[in-house]
Amino acid sequence: MSVLEVKNITKSFGKTEVLSGINFSLKQGEVVAIIGSSGSGKTTLLRCLNLLERADGGSITVADEVIYDAADTGRHSEEDIRKKRLNLGLIFQSFNLFPQYTAIDNITLAPRLALGEAIKNKTVPAQEKAERLAAITQEAELLLERVGLSDRRDYYPCQLSGGQQQRVAIARALALKPALLCFDEPTSALDPELTGEVLRVIRSLKDEGRTMIVVTHEMEFARRVADRVIFMAHGVIVEEGPAEDVIGNPKSDELRAFLQKASDVNGADDKNTAK
Amino acid sequence: MVLGILTAARGGTGFLDVTLKLLEGFEVTLLLFALTLVFALPLGLVIAFGSMSRFKPLKYVTRTFVWIIRGVPLMLQLFLVFYVPGMLFDLQWPTELFGMPINSRFLAALVAFVINYACYFSEIYRGGIESISRGQYEAGQVLGMSKSQIFFKVVLLQVVKRIVPPMSNEVITLVKDTALARVIIVVEIIMAAEELMSRSLIWPLFYTGVFYLLFVGILTILFGWIEKKLDYFKA
Ligand SMILES: Nc1ncnc2c1ncn2[C@@H]1O[C@H](COP(=O)(O)OP(=O)(O)OP(=O)(O)O)[C@@H](O)[C@H]1O
Ligand SMILES: [Mg+2]
Repeated sequence: MSVLEVKNITKSFGKTEVLSGINFSLKQGEVVAIIGSSGSGKTTLLRCLNLLERADGGSITVADEVIYDAADTGRHSEEDIRKKRLNLGLIFQSFNLFPQYTAIDNITLAPRLALGEAIKNKTVPAQEKAERLAAITQEAELLLERVGLSDRRDYYPCQLSGGQQQRVAIARALALKPALLCFDEPTSALDPELTGEVLRVIRSLKDEGRTMIVVTHEMEFARRVADRVIFMAHGVIVEEGPAEDVIGNPKSDELRAFLQKASDVNGADDKNTAK
Repeated sequence: MVLGILTAARGGTGFLDVTLKLLEGFEVTLLLFALTLVFALPLGLVIAFGSMSRFKPLKYVTRTFVWIIRGVPLMLQLFLVFYVPGMLFDLQWPTELFGMPINSRFLAALVAFVINYACYFSEIYRGGIESISRGQYEAGQVLGMSKSQIFFKVVLLQVVKRIVPPMSNEVITLVKDTALARVIIVVEIIMAAEELMSRSLIWPLFYTGVFYLLFVGILTILFGWIEKKLDYFKA
């Protein structure tokens, strides 16, 4: 069963076409790494999937529900879009934790607000409120444990390292139980010594069987964790296949050049750390 | 003794008499200050939303209005608000509101202050709101929050934290700006002191400074306390 079905997504900003017909799908439990040079449209693709950006053409189906179809020109209520978004989770490069809330409150905020609304709409009886709130908190505590931050439960984001903040952000996304998790360069804003802890969490999510899309510049990570790698350039998918094939045996000049540059950068890093 | 009777007839000139007289004026100052805040703080937020509206006509009308109000001296606005309704429309400022007697001059001054300060506040709000990174809104969106949830639960407190310093400046300026109300004969503290000059007393005029200093001192402490309260997070 396919969790995600992306059909012919196109997106332009003004006159520049950023995505020119993206097609791919994801099976339950599959992890796809998206690689590609800067400006190739990776972030734009994730933003379209999460409905932060409206694609000009194409459709997106998550777990057999069409969450977006550019051909459907009818107006969609905010309510409707909000519900559809919940099928996906997005983890940002810059974490975007809410600074005024502690780690646990960052995780529980959205579920608590949703509960409040459900009680107001009478889809949840008011007398269950206390019980449900307790369940939300308990769930969040489990998630914190899951990302190895139980001891940072009541810390504010400014008291956490970048790697810890990103792990809280992952827990926050998981709290809404999305069918699909999207990561946009989750370690790019981190010091090199902090990337490991975040990548380990993502890897453990894979072991749990979660379906994920990870935009990344970490080739080693893509090779070891992703079931499939998608290489994007100038708004199209140039190569796609099992990680070993795509990274180990590039067919296009573009991918070869990209991998060459990536390994140059990594090589330079290695030399720096060797010093 | 003759002197005493004379002084009494002219009103007291002793420290206590003067203090009491000035306190009467200061009461008006404080009332104008407090009521201006009560109305201008929320009105400023409405104007801020207008000036950020995606509906272009509303945005431009609001910004032009703010430009005019901030570009013209408050003193002129006081004159305009008080005199123009009578001159052009033959309307007088009411002397009674909801069955309660009210000083029509005070009411006119209040209206002018509220409009003026709401515009200044709106720009502070706008600066604060626009300084919040798009990522905060987007994080809320992908977590399925509604626009109002994002504003009230995520953005607002961060905005408050950022605008406390410019707000405290503006509020302290307001304390002293209330003295302008005297141009339409609202007897606030400085005007009260000037009336004492008819008793050949100059020093009360300078004495008013003490009232201002004490009050601004209290406000400074208050704002410092608020800043401290919001110190627990970085935004
Ligand atoms: N809101 C926008 N308005 C105009 N142009 C945009 C906008 N967002 C992205 N672009 C353009 O779209 C192109 C693709 O951007 P995108 O951020 O998707 O690339 P990317 O593959 O994520 O790059 P990077 O690896 O640097 O993150 C770029 O040329 C960018 O300038
Ligand atoms: Mg990007």
